[in-house]
Amino acid sequence: MLEYTPKIREIARGLLEKGTVDVFIGYRKGSVPMMNEPVLVTDPAQTDVLHWDSHCGLNLCNYLTKRTDRIGIVANGCNSRNIVTHIIENQVKREQLYIVGIPCTGMIDHRAVKRAVNGKEIKEVQENKDTFLVIGKDFEEKFAKKDFLQDNCSVCRHRNPVEYDEMVAEPVEEQEAEDVFADVKTIEKMSPSEKQDFFTQLISSCIRCYACRNVCPLCYCPTCFVDESQPQWVGKSIDPVDTMTFHLLRAFHCAGRCTDCGACERVCPVAIPVRQFTKKLNKDTLELFQWEAGLTLEQRPALDVYRVDDYNDFIL
Amino acid sequence: MKGRLFTKKEWDKALRELSKSQKIFVPAKEKDFHNFTVLDNNMEPDFDFQNTRLSPKSIVFPQSERMFEYTLDETSPDAHILKEAPKDFPPQAVVGIRPCDAHAFQIVNVNFDNPEYKDPWWVRRYRATTFVGLGCNEPCSTCFCTSVGGGPFSEKGLDILLHDLGDRFLAKAITEKGIEFLDKIGSGKEASEQTLKKAALEAEAALGKISSSVPTDRLKEKTEIELFDAPFWEKIAFPCINCGTCTYLCPTCWCFDIQDEVFRKEGDRIRNWDSCMFPLFTLHGSGHNPREKKVQRVRQRFMHKLKYYVDKYGNGVACVGCGRCVQFCPVNIDIREVFELMNGY
Amino acid sequence: MENPYLPYPVRIEKIITETEDRNLKTFTFSFINPEHEKKFSYLPGQFAELSIAGKGEIPIGIASSPTEKGYLTFTVNKVGLVTSHLHNMKEGETMGIRGPLGNFYPWEQMQGKNIVIIGGGFAFTTLRSSIIYMLHPENRNKYEDITVVYGARTPGMLLYKQELEEWEKRDDINMHITVDATQDPTWKYNIGFVPTITEQKIKTADNAIAIVCGPPIMIKFTQPVLEKIGFPPERIILSLEMRMKCGIGLCGRCNIGDKYVCKDGPVFSLAQLRDMPPEY
Repeated sequence: MLEYTPKIREIARGLLEKGTVDVFIGYRKGSVPMMNEPVLVTDPAQTDVLHWDSHCGLNLCNYLTKRTDRIGIVANGCNSRNIVTHIIENQVKREQLYIVGIPCTGMIDHRAVKRAVNGKEIKEVQENKDTFLVIGKDFEEKFAKKDFLQDNCSVCRHRNPVEYDEMVAEPVEEQEAEDVFADVKTIEKMSPSEKQDFFTQLISSCIRCYACRNVCPLCYCPTCFVDESQPQWVGKSIDPVDTMTFHLLRAFHCAGRCTDCGACERVCPVAIPVRQFTKKLNKDTLELFQWEAGLTLEQRPALDVYRVDDYNDFIL
Repeated sequence: MKGRLFTKKEWDKALRELSKSQKIFVPAKEKDFHNFTVLDNNMEPDFDFQNTRLSPKSIVFPQSERMFEYTLDETSPDAHILKEAPKDFPPQAVVGIRPCDAHAFQIVNVNFDNPEYKDPWWVRRYRATTFVGLGCNEPCSTCFCTSVGGGPFSEKGLDILLHDLGDRFLAKAITEKGIEFLDKIGSGKEASEQTLKKAALEAEAALGKISSSVPTDRLKEKTEIELFDAPFWEKIAFPCINCGTCTYLCPTCWCFDIQDEVFRKEGDRIRNWDSCMFPLFTLHGSGHNPREKKVQRVRQRFMHKLKYYVDKYGNGVACVGCGRCVQFCPVNIDIREVFELMNGY
Repeated sequence: MENPYLPYPVRIEKIITETEDRNLKTFTFSFINPEHEKKFSYLPGQFAELSIAGKGEIPIGIASSPTEKGYLTFTVNKVGLVTSHLHNMKEGETMGIRGPLGNFYPWEQMQGKNIVIIGGGFAFTTLRSSIIYMLHPENRNKYEDITVVYGARTPGMLLYKQELEEWEKRDDINMHITVDATQDPTWKYNIGFVPTITEQKIKTADNAIAIVCGPPIMIKFTQPVLEKIGFPPERIILSLEMRMKCGIGLCGRCNIGDKYVCKDGPVFSLAQLRDMPPEY
């Protein structure tokens, strides 16, 4: 995807020069391998910092909330679906945006790469279409990108943006084969106590840094329920019950809105696979309401409208 | 004492023996990374690591600490009266701490143990802890300890410095506490001049392997207001998501919150790590918030570390160059660039 | 080892509702253990953490004067979790007080000076403490003229109404009570905002020091008035509010630059504040 970079710069420069947008939001190359940094460019001469590769795994929609200026932004499939969700939820207006669509072939799982080199320090990662080269102090290893996709990217069905003003390249082929919810189905088969154990174990290392929440474009409440003091819904220590309450409630607040962009999982400093919470709700909204978040501006999300034929088996 | 040599097998055995009578924290691998864990028979210490994901600060300053307990039961004569939560502070050791993290304890200690106030939990636990450092033969590319008063074999804040010589550890006691600890370990033999020389050369070589550096020389000359008003904060802050990763992983971030928690009629007053990244940190009861915007919070974190601390204690910056925030900031805000900007302004 | 976080147990002796909106109450506490009263040695301007088991702590300026022995008083505005709970408590109940905390008004520097006290709204608490302290027979001759400008939105929002009346009658203190507005035909004092009344009533800054406590908007507009009258920033003294937890400079949240409001403050001169980042 590296080859998109010059095109992104060119588009951004044009937009800023013509005054179509006031600012352009994209990534710049990070200061450490497999990390890129969101950047806000206002000067057409500065657009050469813009960069795209397989390590752009945050969700730039997060930076749109409540902005009032005209914004150019790069968006791959999931990011564009969050932008749609943001528009529907009145966090930003479509007219403000110039969406530069990225046909995405997925992000590289930085943890898997580190595992593959046995935790040795990686000094550089060079990308070359379907492969990438990992360079360390006294090693070089070449890997196939398809073997190192982030979990959410390996099951992604919407690699191409659903909403855009201009594409940087031709759409890529969508993936079909994978069973998106295989992991969720495994958990669904567990007994309640097994599920309790599974999730307790899953979050046992959580330090309540809220990176998962804050990196998520869906979490824009002025005061999050964990920060309320009157009433205080959740304790602030690292008591496992409070930590579980946070993760479960966070996931429920994302129900019918999550695009499985994977940013939450990518940023967790203690590597908790937090998507195990949100994915179950994605599966439920798909099965119960035939709803996937952010695919259209034309329809209200499943959980903010009432339809007479809505799923209602839970009513006796 | 110049140094005692232990084969790694001996060292492991001696540590395990000692762990029967006192708490010993050692690095151990969990999932994809290392953290300090209490040594027991069910786990394997792993000294072949770069650094732990979380800093060892929680060994002295736990993320959540019960301060007081109380009953709300009106039939008790002590209802509503806070009592110190009973605790003891027996000797403990952290073995394998990197020199940067030991240096961090010194930096934080001036906050918790000052002429006017002594934090009873920090002070007692800090004094009860023996810091057995492990020098860094292979520093990471994000390490910059040498720019901020440390080094891969710095002895700051350490009671013992270990040097990994392949199949053996060379142990050098630095303080009385360290001598006592080595006596408890018991075994080992006196290192030869030749071994000491080899170790010194290796330590020297490690110094040369530090590839990152940051400037600090001009931080003191600026006034707080000049740096506070500098034009670069918006740009630094733009990507920030105001999570607590940097502050919670940082070995020198010490800010905390105090909370009451009640279950039925019994309650605790607990202190928890807090973060200047969170808006709630400074929110007044009236609704006013002096650091309402993320740029203000980001500025606060860096100003605290690189300016306010410098001015207040004359003790250097409140950063030890461990590189955790550089590696794990979700959005790649790099403190090394902030050093450049602040120092160069 | 002394535990600076451990509150002294106290009993609520008396609760007075101060204002017509019933949002401000004055609590009088006595120490359950008399030893603690001896340890709690304070000067006007300091504050304490009021501690309620199960709810938490809240930093409040001490409204009583050290010359008033045997008890402590605090006037508390109902805003958050702890203060709301406190407002529902009854006389005779047990809670905790931790302190005294922070610095105090510059009592040494104030000796031999004319003292101008300017207060607004419910921030009059430590100013009450200061007035009682200075009017005490042992202290009164240490200070020259004492002038007070105190304002509230309405007459019913003034604190310590009975004491205000008593001070009005005395000749060793000049009182200028004011309200923003009132329909009350019997109101016999000033009408107008505190900065305006200050400008009318305070004629000189000679040998004078001003202590200002009030809402941010009042402080903002009073500062230039005082400077116009001739007060140099070193002789304009302010008391700040900040979210606090530990109260002893350890928990890190109440800093302004390298100063902690809880420990290095809450009292700062305007000259000091001008060297600090404007983040409060």
